[in-house]
Amino acid sequence: MIYILYLFFFGFLLTAVIGLFGSWIDRKLTARLQYRVGPPLLQPLFDILKLLKKETLVPFGASKATFLAAPMIGLVSVMVVSTVLWVNNVDSQNTFMGDLIVVVYFLLVPSISIIMGGFASGNPLASLGASRELKLILSYELPFILAVLVAVIHADFSLRLGDILATQAKNGVIAVSWSGGLALLITMICMQGKLALVPFDTPEAETEIAHGVLIEYSGPLLAVYRLMKNMLFFALPFFIIIIYLGGLRGHGLHLLYGALEYVGIVALITVIRNTNPRLRIDQVLRFFWGPMTVLAIIAVLLALGNY
Amino acid sequence: MPRTIIPIGPYHPLQEEPEFFILTVEGETVVDIDLRMGYNHRGIEKLCERQAYDQVTFVVERVCGICSTSHPFAYTQAVEDILSVEAPPRARYIRTITAEGERIHSHLLWLGLAGHFLGYNTIFMWCWKLREEILDVMEILSGNRNNYAMFKVGGVWRDIKAEDIPTVLKKIDSIIPTLEKLKKAVMDDPVLHARTKGIGILSKEAAINYCALGPTARASGIARDIRKNCPYGAYAEIDWEMIVAQNGDVFDKVVVRINELFESIKIIKACLTRLPQGEIDCGIEDIPPGEGIGHIEAPRGECFHYVRSDGTNRPVRHKIRAPTFMNLPTFKETVIGGSIPDAAIILAAIDPCYCCTERMAVLNRKGEKLFTGEDLIKLSQEKTEKIKSKMGRK
Repeated sequence: MIYILYLFFFGFLLTAVIGLFGSWIDRKLTARLQYRVGPPLLQPLFDILKLLKKETLVPFGASKATFLAAPMIGLVSVMVVSTVLWVNNVDSQNTFMGDLIVVVYFLLVPSISIIMGGFASGNPLASLGASRELKLILSYELPFILAVLVAVIHADFSLRLGDILATQAKNGVIAVSWSGGLALLITMICMQGKLALVPFDTPEAETEIAHGVLIEYSGPLLAVYRLMKNMLFFALPFFIIIIYLGGLRGHGLHLLYGALEYVGIVALITVIRNTNPRLRIDQVLRFFWGPMTVLAIIAVLLALGNY
Repeated sequence: MPRTIIPIGPYHPLQEEPEFFILTVEGETVVDIDLRMGYNHRGIEKLCERQAYDQVTFVVERVCGICSTSHPFAYTQAVEDILSVEAPPRARYIRTITAEGERIHSHLLWLGLAGHFLGYNTIFMWCWKLREEILDVMEILSGNRNNYAMFKVGGVWRDIKAEDIPTVLKKIDSIIPTLEKLKKAVMDDPVLHARTKGIGILSKEAAINYCALGPTARASGIARDIRKNCPYGAYAEIDWEMIVAQNGDVFDKVVVRINELFESIKIIKACLTRLPQGEIDCGIEDIPPGEGIGHIEAPRGECFHYVRSDGTNRPVRHKIRAPTFMNLPTFKETVIGGSIPDAAIILAAIDPCYCCTERMAVLNRKGEKLFTGEDLIKLSQEKTEKIKSKMGRK
């Protein structure tokens, strides 16, 4: 019963609320950077509520079951990820061995669900976007996992998030070490890819393929995707905070620090996405497999040498 | 490898106007491109033949929202060509100021859109904010933000007030630092270089063969600018430089346009400080029979107008050739072989303006028309039915 509470209260509700707030920060900051006013605080929520009221259209020629199921799979996987993260953060000894693998694996599923939805909709632009998303995953996943490995090495090769948190509580946060800082940087950039934001928003490229993968989605299904993205907007920074910055602690000054860390990460994402043009997919692949992977390997070597 | 068709249009977020590019792709490589036009045809030339000479300037002003000076400019030149008269010096200076103001806001608009097409929305917003300043300047000078209604056969409608000139000069000076910053942001961004350098190259030979015009041609190393080669307005009396780049890729098209912004500012400032005194209208009353041409350098290239008069108060034939008409076929050269993300920016790089370019053909067989208006409507309805039944809907 306690797990169901975690799943709905922490995994869904709290993550969604903070994620919507994060996406508001993103939109407001973007607007200020561009000399605009920006939306009111509740706008991300209103957007989703509006979409929920609209009609669901399933395109002619689409594979119906997959088309309808894909957004749900994505949403549920984000819920699972954030539940595991919250459980670790709240009660770090009450977890299981290897939950880091589960988190890394489930963080991939939203992208997979977008690919499923894109291919299922039977639209040429959507399948183009889906194939780009596939290439995007292939690009960022290698440096991402290498960077996560740095945290594992710091926690004495433990694959438990609880142990990573415990190590940081004892020895200070991982991010202040050389390897940890480098890994944090790499993970941040990979996160930009996971969130499909500029410069890595090739699968959705509005002006090229008209939102590619999501082109055929409308109404509640699109709302689910939007909600999934907004929740991911919290879950991914939260993951970074846990493995490199010692997690969020819910009392006194720590709460303020945690909030500042999150807002800082969101602001960084926003600044990156507003000061770059979109890369081509082959350039993305070259960027991640080239400099990023080399940096990630250096970070792992540094971590092994206890730096 | 299997070929797929990627449609860009008829309604697509890439470009605001209705146009339809059919990209045949293998994977992500474009192997062929086809173009469909005519979604926005308004019959302006025919409309012009029903208006008096003075009214036509207002009609052609509405050919395009951005080139709202180029078309009246070329048209008045064409009518003045019939009469063999030249507008008074003050009128020519005012015309030049209006035309250059338009060039600045048009290039800024394009620069912003190019940023938007590359997913760089910050550049988009910055450019359009800067553009507002120029629109304010134009509002001070002409009373309007976009359709200036300044042009008149034989002169201009409105004079520039002496007390406005210092304000305008100050406002124009104030945008130069922002423009410099923007230029630096665009020219020095390595990611922008990666996206635009070596992309969509239009070689000099190809540009000549396709008769490319304006910045599209000048980016390919063709030093051709109507303002220099065939001076009109006040361009011959003012010191300015023609901007030419050599590589013909998207980046060079950006470079040409950005540098032209600074030249345009130079021209406006020179015109305002040296504005001659005198009449602004030479008082033309009747247009004799005859024909005339007017061509000017619009922001997108040479804009060409032909007017024939039979001595009545309205033209019997008015022909418009917008620059985009000549620049569109260069896509065959630039887009094919590139990838889809590149195609998006290459299609935008000529700064296309489709509603200027729209035209239709009427097939005549021995004097009798193959299609009448009703036939065309019927054809269109039949096609809609066909598409509907193909999609399984009744």
